[in-house]
Amino acid sequence: MATRYTREHEWIRLEGGVATMGITPYAQEQLGDIVFVDLPEVGKKLAKGDEAAVVESVKAASEVYAPIAGEVIEVNSALTDSPGMVNESADGAGWFLKLKPANPGEVEALMDEAAYQAYLETI
Amino acid sequence: MADSPSETLLETPLAAEHRALGARMVPFGGYAMPVQYPTGIIAEHKWTREHAGLFDVSHMGPSFLMLAEKSGDAERDHAAVAALVEPLVTGEIRALKPGQVRYTLMTNDAGGVIDDLMVARSARIEHSGTLYIVVNAGTKDGDFALIEKAVGGRARLHRADDGALLALQGPEAAAVMRGLVPAAADLGFMTYGSFEWQGARVMVSRSGYTGEDGFEILVPADRAKAFWDALLADQRVKPVGLGARDSLRLEAGLPLNGHDLDATTSPVEANLAFAVSKRRRAEGGFPGAARVQKELAEGTKRLRVGIAPEGKAPVREGAAILDIASGRQVGTVTSGTFGPTVNAPIAMGYVETAFTAPGTKVAVDVRGKSLPATIAEMPFVPHRYYRKPA
Repeated sequence: MATRYTREHEWIRLEGGVATMGITPYAQEQLGDIVFVDLPEVGKKLAKGDEAAVVESVKAASEVYAPIAGEVIEVNSALTDSPGMVNESADGAGWFLKLKPANPGEVEALMDEAAYQAYLETI
Repeated sequence: MADSPSETLLETPLAAEHRALGARMVPFGGYAMPVQYPTGIIAEHKWTREHAGLFDVSHMGPSFLMLAEKSGDAERDHAAVAALVEPLVTGEIRALKPGQVRYTLMTNDAGGVIDDLMVARSARIEHSGTLYIVVNAGTKDGDFALIEKAVGGRARLHRADDGALLALQGPEAAAVMRGLVPAAADLGFMTYGSFEWQGARVMVSRSGYTGEDGFEILVPADRAKAFWDALLADQRVKPVGLGARDSLRLEAGLPLNGHDLDATTSPVEANLAFAVSKRRRAEGGFPGAARVQKELAEGTKRLRVGIAPEGKAPVREGAAILDIASGRQVGTVTSGTFGPTVNAPIAMGYVETAFTAPGTKVAVDVRGKSLPATIAEMPFVPHRYYRKPA
């Protein structure tokens, strides 16, 4: 399934019943050099809109929200040593975490690529 | 992201240059200022430590205080203008030699810090009776009003904040300056002078806010772009935004007014007792002197210290500092970031006196997690100010 987006600049992609999420290239660009990513514990249950992670740039800390409800089944532990991977590959190797969706249909309801690009034009 | 009232923000004479360079502009001290250029804060920070960073700090408040009626006797005129300013600040102004720059503090009646600032005596002996005063952006209107009120009609304050104030900082700053304003490259640390650059008068001080050797340069607005471009034409110079300015000053252990200093923190608590000059300690005669003198004699309940968090999570302003054993709050972080040169998070804050010794283990509350940290010596990165050969 194609990638979906939120107005808070998270991306999420559903593959084989598992949703991978991170922040968009636009978000990493806005944040600047990322120096730390505070990831949740595996097993944590998140409601849609809950704080899923905190990303720290040199300047400030920013919350990253769960685009859908689900349980954290994996976090990208490579970000612990290489938080800069989010800058280099926000929508690839710089993914944050994987969720087991409570309701996979929630992903489909988010903005698709075209809608997100149109949204970026407005800000 | 909230709508920012950008139309109400002031702009420096170099705003168009920043935009052309691709800077991200943010509101700071009432101005639209470059927080970073496309290379990013870490690269800009490291460039400054290794080469020469160029900062637009025109949001700050440079000014000249000129005695209304001069006697013509240089020492008498300097003493007269110094006597007008000393009731506002903690520093020794009267004993300044021509061209000497002093870091000092404006205090309130409770002995709290209103602002930290630079006060310099005119470099040329025949200009005695004039002080060059540079205050912070966010406080400049208030500071200038206080100065004007204190001096009454006896001196005139000329604001120079319509000009461009630039900072050129880093180990290659002096070599760059030698190519542009050769005589300014011979200034000693914490001295300043008035120089000519292509027909324009520029005020250059050997000072800064990064811990590196460097200069701060006041340029008339109509020559700001030409001077900025001349500096950037040198391969050793790159533009650096306020983001790296903050990480550089934090590594250098230098406080930021409004964060690490405020109206409740005294010079002694702020670990800036050096800015209360010897004669002023004895004589007092500045706002809140009684508190400062008492604290100098008896100590304080809290002190500004450096904090080195373990691990990689930056610790930010407002985080509680805790005693590990009891979990009791013993202090508060006043600024914190990731230090690109030390390659680790760094912070400063105020802790109770019993916890100020470097090496003391504490905990810092970060989003509800108690993270280990150590009280650290400051600066985090050794200062490399210029020392003139004897």
